[in-house]
Amino acid sequence: MRRKLLSSGGTLLFAVPAILALLLLAALATLEQIAAQVAPHPLSPGFAFSEQSGEELYANVCQACHMPDGRGATGAGTYPSLAGDKALEAAGYPVFVVMNGQHGMPPVGIMMSDDQVAAVVNYVRTHFGNDYRDTVTAENVKAVRH
Amino acid sequence: MTETPKGPAGTQVGGEAAPSRRDLLSLIGAIAGSTAMYHAMTSLGFAADSAYQGPIKLSGDVRGASVLVLGAGLAGMTAALELRNAGYKVQVLEFNRRPGGRNWTLRGGDTFTELGGFKQTCEFEEGLYCNPGPWRIPYHHRAILDYCKRLNVALEPFIQLNHNALLHASGAFGGKPQRIRDIKADFQGEVSELLAKATAQGKLDEAVSTEDKEILLQALKSWGALDNNYAYKANLISAEYRGYAKAAGGGLGAEPVASEPIGLSDILKSRLWRYLQSFSQHSFQTTMFQPVGGMDMIGKAFGRELGDLIRYDAKVTQIQQGEDGVTVSYVDAEAPAAVQLAKADWCVCTIPLSILSQIPIDVGARMKTAIDAVPYLSAIKIGLQFKRRFWEEDEAIYGGISYTDLPIRQIAYPNMGFNASGRGVLLGAYIVEGSNSYEFTSMTPAERVARAVAFGSRIHPQYAAEFENGIAVAWHRVPFTLGCAGYWTEEARAAHYNDLCQIDRRIVLAGEHASYIPVWQEGAILSALNAITRLHERVVKT
Repeated sequence: MRRKLLSSGGTLLFAVPAILALLLLAALATLEQIAAQVAPHPLSPGFAFSEQSGEELYANVCQACHMPDGRGATGAGTYPSLAGDKALEAAGYPVFVVMNGQHGMPPVGIMMSDDQVAAVVNYVRTHFGNDYRDTVTAENVKAVRH
Repeated sequence: MTETPKGPAGTQVGGEAAPSRRDLLSLIGAIAGSTAMYHAMTSLGFAADSAYQGPIKLSGDVRGASVLVLGAGLAGMTAALELRNAGYKVQVLEFNRRPGGRNWTLRGGDTFTELGGFKQTCEFEEGLYCNPGPWRIPYHHRAILDYCKRLNVALEPFIQLNHNALLHASGAFGGKPQRIRDIKADFQGEVSELLAKATAQGKLDEAVSTEDKEILLQALKSWGALDNNYAYKANLISAEYRGYAKAAGGGLGAEPVASEPIGLSDILKSRLWRYLQSFSQHSFQTTMFQPVGGMDMIGKAFGRELGDLIRYDAKVTQIQQGEDGVTVSYVDAEAPAAVQLAKADWCVCTIPLSILSQIPIDVGARMKTAIDAVPYLSAIKIGLQFKRRFWEEDEAIYGGISYTDLPIRQIAYPNMGFNASGRGVLLGAYIVEGSNSYEFTSMTPAERVARAVAFGSRIHPQYAAEFENGIAVAWHRVPFTLGCAGYWTEEARAAHYNDLCQIDRRIVLAGEHASYIPVWQEGAILSALNAITRLHERVVKT
């Protein structure tokens, strides 16, 4: 259900020109209500991420750079694609990268619990054409967290 | 990240659990939001004063030497300008089709396509703008001020502290924003009253001499707006600081009426006091400046000065060096299949580390490790156009910044066009690091704007009727930087900073990432001046 909401909301916003979206906005009772309907993205109350499931964490953290389809993007530099990514085969690698960052990538794992890091790593390793079925546990993450 | 992150519980230091610096920053971020986090970074030494020594003097015979500069941001263009003036043959390669890099302004008609392909067209009215990158210049950033003077870039005040702007905590005062003036005057007054009480009761006798005690009491009275009994309360003394319930007028019924202070306990619990540091820290003290017409007036002025020395639309793909010079491979944005080469005796590379870490570069292992060691900050800015300047017309807020604990963090009012009729553009969000910055970046641009409007309407209900259009820049989606700025920790600096700043045979790096004033334009310029000074010494000695 959550997933369906995310994908349909994202498509709607992308497809509908801004001016139309705004007309829609104006028609409804309060801007905040409409934002809650049009915008499926939760916003954490604190410095750390409050999203718990791998899917939610991906859609609100990783997606910032690796994009909704996991394929990354290229400008002067590149956000690598996570789709069908052989580098994800060894589960320790994505755990390490989420916890420590890599090149320009910030160590977003410091804003997540061990459970959250495990959830998002498991999500990425089983989506976007990846099918690595061995799961990462919070214990595995804890061992990497300094 | 090559530094060693510490566990959330802190490391054991001297038998006591002492939080690491990063834990401390996370804690500050968690409590106070990202603006406070940035301010904390500043106060913990991530940012510092300018060490500008005046215009650079590169004397001596350069004997026809050539320099290739990578990047036409402020660092690259400073290097190019000064090296050209010193007699070098200079060429600049720039990824964008304009000079300036992060020195950038969005105006009506401008388009911006972020990574992921989301394209926005700015719909602002002519004359209105938003600076998605740097937007203010401290008075002590002497290098950038000097270049503004030399390049004839006109400046005007940037108002950091407007006493009539707002502080807002969603969980305090029923969600009603408070005037900065009230929080500042009341907090200062009530703390003064407490201190005066302790002083009068002799509780500070060990710390304050008898002679100083009298002076301290006088000072607290004057600083805190206390009455003759050293009390801070509703009267015409405190009203001179916090404003009046009914302002003075003329003629009959004109006498002013004092206003009621907010109680100390309410201020403490609201946490609104934490925003007061935004006006105290050295980087944010008056006088601050902005270029008239938009921050990119600086980048454009440099660009005009350098003319066709800058090759635009050039994406660097490889950086090689050998005995006789540097060879840089690049592709044109229009014809990316054809690799072109640029050669020179020396290279000043200002490409952000987020990108440079992905480009094959022929430097030693230590510099390469340093290039790979710096993550890039997440930051969002959102410009919003309204039908009228309601913040001025309805609320007498002329410039300055309101702070909030909502995800938008700030609302900044335009410091130009004061008191004019018609439309206005304000900055509807400025989010640096923390969960919300990633969450906002993950949204589509239209959603970011819609959310900024929704949150902002809790501070200014006029948003609903007056909002027209907006544009949102999430710096991790910006194709030419892949992030806002280098995020140095103290540990990473200790391990890598000097390696990053060395001259590696014929290559030297520059940019805000190679400075102790990260994020600020001053850091970029000082880094470039330092790099070319060392490079020039090597050239004239060789």
